[in-house]
Amino acid sequence: MLLNIKNLTVAIEGKEIIKGLNLQVNKGEVHAIMGPNGTGKSTLAAAITGREGYEVTEGEIWYKDQNIVELEPDERANLGIFLSFQYPVEIPGVSMTNFMRTAINAQREYNGLPPMPAGEFLKLMEEKKKLVDIHSKLTNRSVNEGFSGGEKKKNEIFQMALLQPTLAILDETDSGLDIDALRTVAKGVNELRSNENAFVVITHYQRLLEYIVPDFVHVMYDGKIVKSGSKNLALELEDKGYEWLKEQSLV
Amino acid sequence: MEKDTLQQALPLDQMLIEQYRKNKELITANDIQYVSKLREEAFQTFMESGFPHSGMEQWRHTDVDVLTEDAYLNEMEVPDTKKDIEELFRCDIHNFDTETVSMLNGWYIDKESPLKTLPEGIIVGSIRQAMKAYPQIFEKYYGTIVPKNANGFVQINTAMMQDGVFIWVPDGVKSAKTLQIIKIINKEEQLFVQSRNLIVLGKNSELSLMHCDDSVNQQSSLVNTVTEIFVDENANLELYKLQNLNDQSGLINSTFVQQMANSNIKTNTLTFNCGLIRNNIHVKLDGQGSHADVLGLYLMDKQQHIDNQIRIDHNVAHCTSNELFKGILDEDASAVFNGYIHVARDAQKTNAYQNNNNILLTPTATINTMPFLEIYADDVKCSHGATVGQLDQEAMFYIRSRGISAANARLLLMYAFAADIINEISIEALRQRIDDMVKKRLRGELSVCDKCVLHCGAPEKEYHFDIDLSKI
Repeated sequence: MLLNIKNLTVAIEGKEIIKGLNLQVNKGEVHAIMGPNGTGKSTLAAAITGREGYEVTEGEIWYKDQNIVELEPDERANLGIFLSFQYPVEIPGVSMTNFMRTAINAQREYNGLPPMPAGEFLKLMEEKKKLVDIHSKLTNRSVNEGFSGGEKKKNEIFQMALLQPTLAILDETDSGLDIDALRTVAKGVNELRSNENAFVVITHYQRLLEYIVPDFVHVMYDGKIVKSGSKNLALELEDKGYEWLKEQSLV
Repeated sequence: MEKDTLQQALPLDQMLIEQYRKNKELITANDIQYVSKLREEAFQTFMESGFPHSGMEQWRHTDVDVLTEDAYLNEMEVPDTKKDIEELFRCDIHNFDTETVSMLNGWYIDKESPLKTLPEGIIVGSIRQAMKAYPQIFEKYYGTIVPKNANGFVQINTAMMQDGVFIWVPDGVKSAKTLQIIKIINKEEQLFVQSRNLIVLGKNSELSLMHCDDSVNQQSSLVNTVTEIFVDENANLELYKLQNLNDQSGLINSTFVQQMANSNIKTNTLTFNCGLIRNNIHVKLDGQGSHADVLGLYLMDKQQHIDNQIRIDHNVAHCTSNELFKGILDEDASAVFNGYIHVARDAQKTNAYQNNNNILLTPTATINTMPFLEIYADDVKCSHGATVGQLDQEAMFYIRSRGISAANARLLLMYAFAADIINEISIEALRQRIDDMVKKRLRGELSVCDKCVLHCGAPEKEYHFDIDLSKI
């Protein structure tokens, strides 16, 4: 099993947001996590990636046979966990090229490899740019600076393509995307799917799942997964909304 | 030497006053009459004013008492320097071929050619020699760009200066190489060093100048430098100042610039290390169409203190100025920025911009930033901004989520912050080297080097951030 979350409780400033969550993800699978706003979907992503201020008060997150709860965010990244941000951060003064080269070399160093030669890196960039239809000039600009909403999300997938994670978490990657950008992003993700990696797709709407077809759909409510099922569950949710779940979870 | 030892027992101002009185003949030995007269006036002014102190508005945040109340040795005669001194000043910036002028403990060391003419026609040499060779230039410019009411440090420099660099770029002449003034302090005793520079750019001329202040030793010293620069019509000056002295040292650096019509200057003051630094930069835009870029970067830690006082006088119409100073302060370091823009009544169509940005890495680091605009014209565009902040935590997590360590993420953000200033360096080899130095400084690896500041070992073999692959 690639990811095994056991009875996870996460608090922000003492307030419990995730309240005993269980999730198992195997290589080769795509899991969608859906649910109404404020149920802890993004908190789950933050807890898996080790964001500061998200305190795991109970439970364990097992990834590649180790409990990663105490690991630093960069260490988790180097173990192959990637987060596509809901709101990618602008970093003025740091060019995309230098940022990604630093990231790739950090990962290589972690794995005991020498830094990637400049030529090889350039080639890799060119190859991955095509995947998400990124303009050459975007990579010469500062990280996300002045990028449109769509460009930012494409840039997340571009980074993911370069870093080749084993576990990718896409946090509301569809928010703010028009249909063309959504298709491009989904195409990028689908091309990266393999038997060696897994995806956790956090989304509010079913729309994205038409393009990135999940193996499993989980519904979160009030800090827990209250229902799991196949991709059909997403359609059901689209149809009925979330209200019926609230009633069900109260039972 | 016995006399000097005795003098070390007195506070600096008293010591200097006594020294001036006793050694007048020695001090004025190389003078032309015009310079001697200025000395006397400045000495009288200094007797009345003394050194500035923290009770004065412009010195409120910078306590120089700690420096001026100390006792120093002030050498009155040119010391004997050995031949191997050349080695100390060898500058080996890769691909950066400069014309070097070396000063050791305030003295011009090239005794064989104290005044020389470079192939393209630039005259450069010791100010002691130059005033006799070019009295007409001294009478026209020396002491005229410095305001009469300048502070005590400037006055005592005018009164007692004994050496410094003279550069004259005649009309139409363009410097073929960057001219590099390397000033090194290296002495067992606690030294007080004054140097005085006069730089004159003729019409349509160009000069690229680099001015390095370094210390080699760990002994404390106080350096008091005054530089006057005249930039005639259509002339262009690029001036890079590198400041890297030890934690015990003080540097008072006063630069006065006068610009004539359609001239351009760009100054970039890069401060890497020093116990206490005060940079006064005063630019007078006296000719229409002139432009000044006044930039600076300061990276301070421990209990270091830096005070940048910038004054731009827009005295005539149609001039532009741009000030940008950025600083990163770690540990207990403190900084002051005072940006004063004065727009005279008739200086219409002035466009002046000023910005000061700071990152404080600890709760104990401090910055006092004070923009000050005084505008008497009604058709002008002036803007200013100042920011004080910490490293962006959102950005920190974003970078770390890509596998980059906390230390490197921090470095990356600090480096990005500093890059605005570094990227303004137009000499590519120098820009790369400064870039290296900034990274080293941010990592805490740059110390007061064993030699010139630029001898910080081989350039880095592994570039983590700075290769712009788009240019390959």
